[in-house]
Amino acid sequence: MTLELRGITKRFGSLVANDRIDLTFEPGRIHALLGENGAGKSTMMNVLYGLYTPDEGQILIDGEPVTFHGPGDAMAAGIGMVHQHFMLIPVFTVAENVVLGHEPTGPLGIIGLEQARTLVREISARFGFDVDPDAKIEDLPVGVQQRVEIIKALSRDAKVLILDEPTAVLTPQETDELIEIMRQLRDSGTAIVFITHKLREVRAVADEITVIRRGKVVGTASPTDSQAELASLMVGRDVSLGVEKGPAEPNEQALEVAGLSVLDAVGSPVVRDVSFTIRGGEVLAVAGVQGNGQSELAEVLLGLRKATAGSITLDGTELLGKSVDQVLRAGVGFVPEDRSKDGLISSFSIIENFVLDQYAQEPYAKGPAMQLGVGRQKTAEAVEAFDVRTTSIDDPVSTLSGGNQQKVVLAREMSRPLRLFVASQPTRGLDVGSIEFVHQRIIAERDAGTPVLIVSTELDEVLSIADRIAVMYRGSIVGIVEAGTDRDVLGLMMAGVPPEEARQEAVEHPTAMHEVEGEEPS
Amino acid sequence: MSVSAPTRPTRDPVLLAPISWRTPIIMTVLAALALFGFALFTPAGLESTIELTGASAAWQLPDLVIGSRAAALALVLVAFALAGLSFWTAQNRRRSMAVPVVFGICLVFAFLIWAVAGNASGLPLPFLLSTAMTAALPLIFGAFAGLLCERSGVINIAIEGQLLAGAFLTAVLATVAGNAYVGLIAAPVGGALVGLILAVFSIKYRVDQIIVGVVVNVLVLGLTSYLFSTVLSDDPLRLNNPPQLPALRIPLLADIPVVGEALFNQNIIVYAMYAAVVALHIGLFRSRWGLRVRAVGEHPKAADTVGIDVNRTRYRNVVFGSAVAGFGGASMVAAGLAFTKEVTEGRGYIALAAMILGRWSPTGALAAALLFGFADSLNRVLNNIGSPVPYEILAMLPYLATIFAVAGLVGRVRPPAGAGKAYPS
Repeated sequence: MTLELRGITKRFGSLVANDRIDLTFEPGRIHALLGENGAGKSTMMNVLYGLYTPDEGQILIDGEPVTFHGPGDAMAAGIGMVHQHFMLIPVFTVAENVVLGHEPTGPLGIIGLEQARTLVREISARFGFDVDPDAKIEDLPVGVQQRVEIIKALSRDAKVLILDEPTAVLTPQETDELIEIMRQLRDSGTAIVFITHKLREVRAVADEITVIRRGKVVGTASPTDSQAELASLMVGRDVSLGVEKGPAEPNEQALEVAGLSVLDAVGSPVVRDVSFTIRGGEVLAVAGVQGNGQSELAEVLLGLRKATAGSITLDGTELLGKSVDQVLRAGVGFVPEDRSKDGLISSFSIIENFVLDQYAQEPYAKGPAMQLGVGRQKTAEAVEAFDVRTTSIDDPVSTLSGGNQQKVVLAREMSRPLRLFVASQPTRGLDVGSIEFVHQRIIAERDAGTPVLIVSTELDEVLSIADRIAVMYRGSIVGIVEAGTDRDVLGLMMAGVPPEEARQEAVEHPTAMHEVEGEEPS
Repeated sequence: MSVSAPTRPTRDPVLLAPISWRTPIIMTVLAALALFGFALFTPAGLESTIELTGASAAWQLPDLVIGSRAAALALVLVAFALAGLSFWTAQNRRRSMAVPVVFGICLVFAFLIWAVAGNASGLPLPFLLSTAMTAALPLIFGAFAGLLCERSGVINIAIEGQLLAGAFLTAVLATVAGNAYVGLIAAPVGGALVGLILAVFSIKYRVDQIIVGVVVNVLVLGLTSYLFSTVLSDDPLRLNNPPQLPALRIPLLADIPVVGEALFNQNIIVYAMYAAVVALHIGLFRSRWGLRVRAVGEHPKAADTVGIDVNRTRYRNVVFGSAVAGFGGASMVAAGLAFTKEVTEGRGYIALAAMILGRWSPTGALAAALLFGFADSLNRVLNNIGSPVPYEILAMLPYLATIFAVAGLVGRVRPPAGAGKAYPS
């Protein structure tokens, strides 16, 4: 079945998220939609899946115009979607999730669970998945959850399968397996729409590439184009794909973490016996799949979480057991993982957010009175220095784009003398321009002699800014390796394989992506 | 590939949660309280009389007469033994519902034996259980209403108002029609109308569900009180004098000693409740309807993406659940009692607590509601036969139990993840 979008336009208020999009998806083809965060890819797919109604334009299936009033209509028409945030019910089993909405039923509407299990097993067998139909979703690793999503779509005979940023939560090896699945599906005649902003993956798997920028289709590209060409098409200007940085020059300052363990709310360990040292002037990146204890590690450093064992010493001073305020005053800068939830108060102005951690201290306060003029002046300087694009520093921070919001957070955390800088997912959801800026700032902080800890689930980010890389798996550090370690090795370590074994395994079984990478000198 | 991601949940031995000693410790403390609170002070030489069969039973058993002090002490010792057993099960990370339940029964009986020590009339056990069932009925239906709504993602604080509306309509219509069964048909309509207000405001206009619920309760209370003091009070005989719903005695089953009367010599509402438990349990956990309802309550967006109309499901469940609560309201006037101002006396909120204590499952809610009903009936019966404990203290017991229940002392409670949040249409 051929799916066609003709002149699709979708507006949110004054923002045009999709501007007259024309696209065709053919059976047996993997069609990549390449675009930056915020380019409008997800909006378009939600239109296609019936979650949004387009303001203008038509959707055609095999040349016939169709209208979708909801996802039910889209599914009935043969469109399946694997959402970026999985649409699975955590407390249900695999079989229940797969049949939800089209349950096989017996008398009185009783669900035929045996039929549901058989359905899951059949589809699993066809594509070589190993998925237990009776496992609860919340007990499964994300890679498997994603397969459940694919099974879910296939169980409804999807002829067009949309994958929205499917590799964001996967290790390189899991990505490799996903690519294999995509090829299998393509060969069996499914049209695959692959939405991503990762150039490497597009080149590995796509049959055709459409590039989207600011809600518009700006062109098509071929998988044989170089990464630099794709990047400039996606961003609209030439971009440097790495961060320019000299070798690290470690000094005497240091953060020492020893034997650190943390329990979660129900008492199971989330960080286990973690030890590492970061010297001043070097960046240690903590890599790993989301949910392996990295976020908790960062939170413990700031004092947001309590540790059950271990020590954190910064230049010889113990930080563990101190309040957040004391830790901040000790010179720790912290960029939280979710800027809108933990980093900023969205209804507050840029000024108020900027002074948020120091409003009660000199020079922002004198006794009980805030010195508003000082705050205004310092904020204006920081906004200038960090290139925050805003009309007024009195505007609520929620009016800024994601990239500019993150710059406000960075400006706040970096505008005072630091002795340690910690950032969790510093560039999540940002456009390429902002990512470049944030990375430059982090490297500048390093070059100023501060120890820097970056938690990131993006291997590209880890590889471009780290001086050393610690990989975490289930709360433990699998190993600490030097910058420039092969991404296949890191990927295996992210799945818990110790470094030496990982090196051997990576040589014996290189991933498909690895081969793509090899075509181009970087 | 040998190192691909594990596809089944892997249980890491180190990841075991620490042993929770809460239950055994609470049990030991309670047993000690019982020992020093009353068991040791049971006067020696007195006897406790317990009736085992009701008046209507075909085979009459003789009353049980036991030495108060020995029996109370023996039961408390058994309770201590069970507390010890509970330490053992906790150590071995086993979970057993039976131990705390038997423990509770032992302590309750120790208490009863002490309370009726030397009392000539004795404890009418079948009557106690029978009134416990009657007291539990509005709670059971109320809890069902609560879980029907909350499983679909709407918190129903308005159970109180729904019970009240059901009771009001039952009393008036049964009186006017001169037929108690007409009242039973009217009751769910009353509940559903109240539920419709909750549904429209919380689903369509996305007002905070708790606030709407509380406002609806106040509204129904005001409305029924107003109508009671004006219209109903003008002519109570013709408007507020509902006929009694007859008890339907099931032969043989009702003759079972101790529990027969309570279970099988009751009006039709009780039998409807048996059917409702079974139907709801199967419906929620085995049927297509239940799977979809639970999906909507857990993760509405996921349900939406597989073509389930989230808000329509919620509308249906809220109105249906509220009708169930309204039906429960009928039980409060079923004995031929007239409707009075605030006849529900906060039972809607206790029903909510029963739902939480029962972990959002019909069987759990039933057990919790029966427990509350028993506590309620116990303090009435003890008050009647004259007990050494002040009535006010006993009257507080169900509410004390409620606070512990809601505070999650009974273990980890996990409400439906999507409850309380409106879903954009």
